[in-house]
Amino acid sequence: MAILLIAEHNNKELRPFTLNAATAASQIDADVHAVIIGQNSTEAAKQLSELPVVKKVLSVEGAHYENFTAENFAPVIVKLAENYSHIICSANTFGKNLMPRIAAHLDTSQVSDIIKVISPDTFLRPIYAGNAFATIKSNDAKKCVTIRPTSFDPCESTGGSAAIEKIDASEEFSNTKFIKREEIKSDRPELGTARIVVSGGRGMQSGDNFKLITEIADKLGAAIGASRAAVDAGYISNDHQVGQTGKVVVPDLYIAVGISGAIQHLAGMKESKVIVAINKDGEAPIFSVADYGLEADLFEALPQFMEELNKLNTIQK
Amino acid sequence: MKILVAVKRVIDYNVQIRVKEDGTGVVTENVKMSTNPPDDNAIEEAVKIKEAGKATEVVAVTVGEEKAQETVRKALAVGADRGIHVKVDGILEPLAVSKILQKIVDKEKPDLVFMGKQAIDDDCNQTGQMLSALLNWPQATFASKIDVKENKLEVTREIDEGLETIEINVPAIVTCDLRLNEPRYASLPNIMKAKKKPIEEIAASDLGVDVSPRLEQLKVEEPPKRKAGIKVANVAELVQKLKNEAKVI
Repeated sequence: MAILLIAEHNNKELRPFTLNAATAASQIDADVHAVIIGQNSTEAAKQLSELPVVKKVLSVEGAHYENFTAENFAPVIVKLAENYSHIICSANTFGKNLMPRIAAHLDTSQVSDIIKVISPDTFLRPIYAGNAFATIKSNDAKKCVTIRPTSFDPCESTGGSAAIEKIDASEEFSNTKFIKREEIKSDRPELGTARIVVSGGRGMQSGDNFKLITEIADKLGAAIGASRAAVDAGYISNDHQVGQTGKVVVPDLYIAVGISGAIQHLAGMKESKVIVAINKDGEAPIFSVADYGLEADLFEALPQFMEELNKLNTIQK
Repeated sequence: MKILVAVKRVIDYNVQIRVKEDGTGVVTENVKMSTNPPDDNAIEEAVKIKEAGKATEVVAVTVGEEKAQETVRKALAVGADRGIHVKVDGILEPLAVSKILQKIVDKEKPDLVFMGKQAIDDDCNQTGQMLSALLNWPQATFASKIDVKENKLEVTREIDEGLETIEINVPAIVTCDLRLNEPRYASLPNIMKAKKKPIEEIAASDLGVDVSPRLEQLKVEEPPKRKAGIKVANVAELVQKLKNEAKVI
């Protein structure tokens, strides 16, 4: 039986992690179908049909799908499920909100946040904030699986030409009403996909001081991250949080500034290729995962870092 | 309004866990256990709503072995009125827990069910959403702000892109984020008082729910270790290493 991928999008275009989920789906079985549920989402559906790994696109349109409410999305997928062995989407806030609702309707035990497909029924997933890896075999007839997007490469985004089939909308769930979404717009790369991330922690001492980080991030073309402590303290908004309950990032370079390295923060960044830690406490746990540690006062080190970057002839983007 | 709050006993968030040598799991013997952190936020929010006069009763429920009752007792010490302990041996999958909670909801008829958004042991992030599916109730996951209105809630949710606000009609499920509130500590007199509050014990087997596992945990292993890094003497050396050795800038 084929695999059903749930596309994540903003009605205009696909959201990038759909490509990572498509890769994971194609590792389970080559016959991947993708469903896109939205309102005026034809352009995004077309993008989906161009992914070479997607063999067929199912498109559902309805005003009640405009804001991706799980209560409206789940019945559509449940209705389609009989034709599929696996249902796949990303383990970001979209997929985390939606997939368990589908799994419960199908009486299936979901496998969350996998980092590797071992076989069509066996997966590797981190537990305890990534301090252990569990190999899990699902014995359910239908498998509901969310994938950790940063553990799978994005698939090719052009070259395919899957057929787009329109399917009927399900009834509206009237007990949940969308009010508003406050998206933080930024010209910087997205935290989840950036090549470089510069993160600040409690050591930044104020929201104002984050401009020291912003400056360097702009110079490097980096995204800005933060520890939970910095977000809790109100220095920066929640969409920047890296960690067990925030975002998981795997950039080429992760620079942790004034972050002590609590277990729950390490869970979100310790797979980064190169880790730099700048902290004045030489005993801080962040140094245990850092490739390059600098024991220094960040208020002296960051301006110097900026100076040194300015001296370089070229900086990779 | 009546609020049911589900709490789970997990290895304390400050403990560096150890994987068992035989690969069957992680060491839980002689390890500090606590309430799952966002479940503390769920209890706190329910108690605050009651203190604001908008709820009449807060009931804490846990599903687990004998010692899981500690988490209910702690909830009672910070303001829950009574507790329910659904006794079961071993570890249940979120699907099984949500089926048990559905039975408790049928019995207790709460208007709201709160719980943490994710347990920090299995990191599944499923139970609340599954329970709301089974009940066909609205769900507000990852809540960082809750406004109680007449027969509905306005909830701000933390999502990857920022914040989202939704309105859900009661009865409803809310899964709580760590930023929802600052959980209080139990005072000694309240800990003493909590010992007198009732906890009803129910055997999971009496609920007529199929809790048999659907997943097999074949192996638990340590993640690959990072090789030890170096300390650099100053910023100039750091930038030079990043440029010429790691070649990342």
